[in-house]
Amino acid sequence: MAETTYLEAIREALFEEMERDPNVFCLGEDIGAYGGAFKVTEGLAARFGDARVIDTPISEAAIVGAAAGAAHMGMRPVCEMQFIDFISCAYDMLTNYVATARYRAMLGCPMVVRGPSGGYVRGGPFHSQNPEAAFLHTPGLKIVYPSTAADAKGLLKSAIRDDDCVLYFEHKYLYRRIKEELPTGDHLVPIGKARTAREGKDVSIITYAATVWKALEAAEQLDKTDGVSVEVIDLRSLLPMDDEAIVATVKKTNRVLVVHEDTRTGGVAGEIAARINELAFEWLDAPVLRVTAADVPLPYSPPLEDYVLPQTADIVAAVRRLAQY
Amino acid sequence: MATAVRRSAPANTLDRAQKLELYYYMRLTRSLEERLVNLYRQTKVVGGLFRSLGQEADAVGSAYALDRKQGDILSPLIRNLGSMLVQGAEPLEIIRQYMAKGDSPTRGRELNIHYGDLVRGFVGQISQLGDMVPVMAGVTLSFKMRGQDRVGLVYVGDGATSTGAFHEGINFAAVQQCPLVVIVENNGYAYSTPLSKQTAARDLKDKAIGYGIPGEQADGNDVLATYAVTKRAVDRARKGGGPTLIELITYRRKGHAEHDNQSYVPPGEIERWEKANDPIDRYVAVLTGEGVTDAELHAIDERIRKEIDEATDQADASPMPEPTDALVGVYAEPGVIPPLWFREGVRSAVATHERPASWGTHDG
Repeated sequence: MAETTYLEAIREALFEEMERDPNVFCLGEDIGAYGGAFKVTEGLAARFGDARVIDTPISEAAIVGAAAGAAHMGMRPVCEMQFIDFISCAYDMLTNYVATARYRAMLGCPMVVRGPSGGYVRGGPFHSQNPEAAFLHTPGLKIVYPSTAADAKGLLKSAIRDDDCVLYFEHKYLYRRIKEELPTGDHLVPIGKARTAREGKDVSIITYAATVWKALEAAEQLDKTDGVSVEVIDLRSLLPMDDEAIVATVKKTNRVLVVHEDTRTGGVAGEIAARINELAFEWLDAPVLRVTAADVPLPYSPPLEDYVLPQTADIVAAVRRLAQY
Repeated sequence: MATAVRRSAPANTLDRAQKLELYYYMRLTRSLEERLVNLYRQTKVVGGLFRSLGQEADAVGSAYALDRKQGDILSPLIRNLGSMLVQGAEPLEIIRQYMAKGDSPTRGRELNIHYGDLVRGFVGQISQLGDMVPVMAGVTLSFKMRGQDRVGLVYVGDGATSTGAFHEGINFAAVQQCPLVVIVENNGYAYSTPLSKQTAARDLKDKAIGYGIPGEQADGNDVLATYAVTKRAVDRARKGGGPTLIELITYRRKGHAEHDNQSYVPPGEIERWEKANDPIDRYVAVLTGEGVTDAELHAIDERIRKEIDEATDQADASPMPEPTDALVGVYAEPGVIPPLWFREGVRSAVATHERPASWGTHDG
């Protein structure tokens, strides 16, 4: 069977869900005839018509707000942020309106907000962001961020079927670099469940999205050069977070490195470290360490971007420190 | 209990019973709010109290132009209690909301008239002004996508016309030709800020031009004019004619909320509106001119008084929410958030921790 890229997997999920449920529709900027800035929605308008693949004005708040209204009425909208960096323009709508709707008004918001995220692509400060931490703090939202093509498909299908709003971050660096043979049939990946990307016994790396691949590279290298056995946990979902999987890997290796591409202060890694502290402190043989981006807006020029973002060598160095602790 | 049942009617053809119903809803709005003031002064209303004194006609007349049997939906603003009553909201629910009761429509989660019911046709607002315009654009987009003959109505104030959400939402609805009526309730003030500091536009209806949709203006204190202008827009929307922006001119006779002393209002302004332009006084004169007797109106007033008395007694006897209900309903799944460990009594997270056999034996 042919291999499917991460990007094609997302498109497949959209096709399948729109075929399955007439309530599913897409809205966003340039997603119709043009097929989206990255061509994720290519072919959707031709298949389903522009009434279900809606080209919108440049209005992220209206895209999200209108999706919420339609979702109240039983539709299942999938919003595209052309770049996830623009989701901040809909921050009010997501955090104040959408996230609270069920709680304060018993109004469901079964909707997805998805968009190309992340760096390593020379995109500069406004086409490279990882804004997941800004929403992790908002009860009422769910957040997923897949690293593999199979998860990209299965998580998007689950997100569309979820009865609450799911923020679906997709990593643009992985769009065409990652491919695999996808499971056949109605492939669903449960939201809130982590995945063991690599088994190991000495040190655990907890991560998600593009840095899963950096962590796997580092693990391979450490196995060869240092004889250190690294376990890699791919969280896949950030909200809800799979505490069970986190505690299980802590108990197994007793040494934890948390890696993410987003900036450091107030990032997801801090939350993970706090959970480990509360749930599995006695199982630690070393402090929980973090490898993250530096606390700067992401710069454009390659030497600058490479310096700011976590690289495989950084992960190798951090794991060595933990292994020797 | 709102026992009256509203029927739809073409513009300007309201019959006598319908005209009396308009009176009923306006008077109910005012009397219910007066009762809420009493409860506020008795400290039984926990949060702020927002009056629509002098604006009852614009809320009632416009909402009356919707067709509940068709499944029309509106989203009110803080001074549109009247519109919710027209859609079937009940005094008991309103009083329970204000008193933060456990059996209020939001079970004590939200304040005042911030609640909704899709079956009766109103969506609860949030405090971020303008946000309901995109949301109602989406509600009405779903009507269009499903080929339903339903119409949506969203209220904003003069202040909300300055927000980005208002602009994005109305523009989106215009491009998509959603069956949406946008009512800008121009009552002169956004909290303490007069219209002149809100916008350089002379008339808020003119904002419609920029969106390529019809803009109309009407006397918001004339309930029949309000009904007529809204009915035209509702009919146009239902026929596929897209959104209309309607500016209703009215006046906020009370402060932003009950605590507001209105020190910023020029002397005599409130009194002028009260004497010359009270929407209920004006409508009573119209009805009397059409042969409605004082006795008929008095009977309606009495019915309202009884309804509000009963609702007050019931709401007063309602229980406050169970504290742990705060953890229910953030998500469909999981339906309940687990309590924080320090609220679980004596069992602390640390006390229940399982420890490795080697714990405490490390030497580095």
